[in-house]
Amino acid sequence: MKNINKTKDEYKEIVKNEQPVVEKGRNVLRAFLVGGGICLFGQILWDLYLYLFDLSKQDAGTLATITMIFLGGLLTGLDIYDELGQFAGAGSLVPVTGFANSMVSPALEYKQEGFIMGIGANLFSIAGPVLTYGMVSAFIIGALKNIFGG
Amino acid sequence: MIEIGIFILSFSVGGLICAVCQLILDNTRLTPAHILVGLVILGSILTGLGWYESLIKIAGAGATIPVSNFGYILTKGALDAAQKDGLLGLFKGVLARASAGISASVIIAFFITLIFNPKE
Repeated sequence: MKNINKTKDEYKEIVKNEQPVVEKGRNVLRAFLVGGGICLFGQILWDLYLYLFDLSKQDAGTLATITMIFLGGLLTGLDIYDELGQFAGAGSLVPVTGFANSMVSPALEYKQEGFIMGIGANLFSIAGPVLTYGMVSAFIIGALKNIFGG
Repeated sequence: MIEIGIFILSFSVGGLICAVCQLILDNTRLTPAHILVGLVILGSILTGLGWYESLIKIAGAGATIPVSNFGYILTKGALDAAQKDGLLGLFKGVLARASAGISASVIIAFFITLIFNPKE
């Protein structure tokens, strides 16, 4: 760095060269494999519960989802899931295990701020927006279908 | 006799949803939170069109494990209850089918946070 007075364009060029290369193809493949693997595991649980217990198909699916939520939360507590996230990106974000991770991870981080503003509030830092827009969207779709039939 | 097709389909459909989201993450400025919210809204719209239920029939957990399934259960609950109770049903139904998933998430996440401590 001989000259510290760079123009804006020169600076942009330097930043661009120094940034790590995002290997998009590799990322997509990892997301596909890990995300697919997590869903496959969910499917295996679903079929296992159907086979083991006297449950309706829907209830067995719900139980499989709850198991996945538990596993996602547990692996977050054990500090494994965030490591997986570094590797898999959206592959570990999108499944419901990632939703559990999005609740536990910030709540753990801010645990020392107490039960209310630490754990209580931060459980919902991402789950809050998800549930808010999910519920509003469900209401709007339900209202539209009720008005226009269909 | 175990049906092997559903395992292949759940893997590939679930994987595909994740791969598309990874493409969006890598090529836009959207954050993971945007992705999750977007998926739930997409799941909700597809439920309104009647497509999400078909996707679940085809792909099983490939459709019920991705977060878009929250959009499905929220909307499905609202639609079912609205048929019975009209406007009141909309409010009664939104969380009806989603109750198990949302309650489990909150309760399990709370206890796990209680038990574990953040890494140094």
